[in-house]
Amino acid sequence: MLYREAGQYKTTYAADMAVFPLWQDRLLIGLFLFAGFVVIPLAGNDFLLNAVMIPFLVFSLAAIGLNLLTGYTGLMSLGTGAFMGVGAYACNKLTTLFPDVNILFWLIASGLFSAAIGTLFGLPSLRIKGFYLAVATLAAQFFLEWCFVRIPWLYNDSVSGAIQVPLRTAFGVPITGATATPMTRYYVTLSIVTLMTYLASNLVHGRIGRSWMAVRDMDIAAELIGIRLLPTKLLAFAVSSFYCGVAGALLVFVWYGGAEAEVFNINQSFFILFMVIIGGLGSILGSFFGAALIFMLPIALRTMPPHLGIPLGGATAEHVTDMVVGALIILFLIVEPNGLARLAQILKQKLRVWPFPY
Amino acid sequence: MMDLLMKILIDPFVQMGTAPDLLVQTLWEGLVAGVLYALIALGFVLIFKASGVFNFAQGIMVVFAALTLVGLHEHGVPAFLALALTIAVMLVLAVVVERVVLRPLVNQSDIALFMATFGLTYFLIGLGELLFGGNPKVMIASELYLPKGAIEIKALGGFISLQKIDIAAAIIASIMVLSLALFFQKTRIGRALRAVADSHKAALSVGISLEQIWVVVWFAAGIVALATGIMWGARSEVSFALQIIALKALPVLILGGFTSIPGAIVGGLIIGVGEKLGELYWGPLVGGGIESWLAYVIALVFLLFRPQGLFGEKIIERI
Repeated sequence: MLYREAGQYKTTYAADMAVFPLWQDRLLIGLFLFAGFVVIPLAGNDFLLNAVMIPFLVFSLAAIGLNLLTGYTGLMSLGTGAFMGVGAYACNKLTTLFPDVNILFWLIASGLFSAAIGTLFGLPSLRIKGFYLAVATLAAQFFLEWCFVRIPWLYNDSVSGAIQVPLRTAFGVPITGATATPMTRYYVTLSIVTLMTYLASNLVHGRIGRSWMAVRDMDIAAELIGIRLLPTKLLAFAVSSFYCGVAGALLVFVWYGGAEAEVFNINQSFFILFMVIIGGLGSILGSFFGAALIFMLPIALRTMPPHLGIPLGGATAEHVTDMVVGALIILFLIVEPNGLARLAQILKQKLRVWPFPY
Repeated sequence: MMDLLMKILIDPFVQMGTAPDLLVQTLWEGLVAGVLYALIALGFVLIFKASGVFNFAQGIMVVFAALTLVGLHEHGVPAFLALALTIAVMLVLAVVVERVVLRPLVNQSDIALFMATFGLTYFLIGLGELLFGGNPKVMIASELYLPKGAIEIKALGGFISLQKIDIAAAIIASIMVLSLALFFQKTRIGRALRAVADSHKAALSVGISLEQIWVVVWFAAGIVALATGIMWGARSEVSFALQIIALKALPVLILGGFTSIPGAIVGGLIIGVGEKLGELYWGPLVGGGIESWLAYVIALVFLLFRPQGLFGEKIIERI
């Protein structure tokens, strides 16, 4: 009753092509934004902001990045972790060399370095595809990881071999470093993620996104209708790596406040890939669902048994968590192989025809 | 600039010429590592051929099989009985995977199936640690009558030492590959397997049971995993770090082609030898540790010229 398009007449072409044609959808998005920008900072404590919301947003951004590549363009990549690393190390170098520049600028600009590296490693994608390409991107993963460890210049020759995040400000407010409050860091992350999500949404609904999807569905056919494959695929790699790079810079500078190369290892790549697949390939909303589920699931599983009165030792709990996560991944795939985004779609359809079955 | 070129192009070969015993030793080590990579790749290829599933869990299956074997022996089961029981466990695993994972996901996209094997990986990691603990264990090599020690050969102006376990590994791997080849060529089930690999639909239409075939290939991959686990375990130790070597099998796979058993073997040898030679002769130029990515770069270079791998079937795309 509440959610249907009846009575909402579209009188302009723009209204017809809108991303959210229904006012109910727009209201919902508005509510989410309101919750993100006003309710959570007011109601939440530091723990919620630090340990839940900031990582969730950072991972969502990385998942959107990978989704643009894997979900929209159909190019599988296992190098996400390394591309995030490029962003983090680029940001580290930039802010060391130019300490007076607004850190917000460097957080975004470091994505450009990641984009350049991503484009370079995207070159083989013209010749190879599918799982072959996935394995080829592993070359990027391992090579870059090796660089992060072996080139001391990247981490400013620090003894520990880790990035040490210095105090940096934007407009006089500390953003990174120990004195930055969780609230500012949360707002920085949220603003960047909101802005970049908006950009990604516009990108995939426009000409570029459509050419990506054409390449995904069948690249030979796409070539025949006049899409140039190399620029299209490379652009997908560049944009995807840009998003991952910014996510990596945020991860280290805003969330962790210092990190070693190990943060960007192959497991990080798989972790982001899980989010994209569980959330739904080719869906920006799905990236958020996936990030929420994959990031929260282990935390929830770890904190649940004590509340339910099941005594589990530390190590045992860890192992059981692994097993349950594995089993749940399989279960999710069996129940809905197209990801959580499809579930949301089904729910929407059910709401539209409610209270009738169809 | 000339100096650098000299260091890259000439010096390594001069070193090879002046110390041929070191070269032969390195080649041998590369070949042995290559054989073991090839064994893991073989497990991948078996499953990929028959079901089109890119089985990421092969690496953890290696660990799991080795852990089960050692764990059973620790609980007082005699070595060979433990071996038989481990084989039984791998059979149970194959049946369970087919029932619980593959059957409900039939006809889904490749990426969903790939993802499901990730789920399986996590599950097996958790299960393995829960049952056998996360500590590294010693493989029961002597109980299984695997040889120990080394043979020293005096040749080329130096000593070349061949570990007996490595020789055994090479022999066992060859026997395994030969028997798999015979199994594929000569038996009823083997023929059915090849039919399924060619076309699922055609195989179904002549009355081949896909479910049965899947159990058979996962079981075969389990046996291969067990053999790999024993060999790797005997060379170092049985721990979850072994899982990392599964990632090393991936460049082997793309080098040889996902669908080719000879490809897996040749690819394994190329990667094994290339990696060891590269690390020894060219590694010091960039500070060492290049073993971690060299294999991928070698594979990538091959791929640029043959996108389907050395022995892979030619990819023909139609609109």
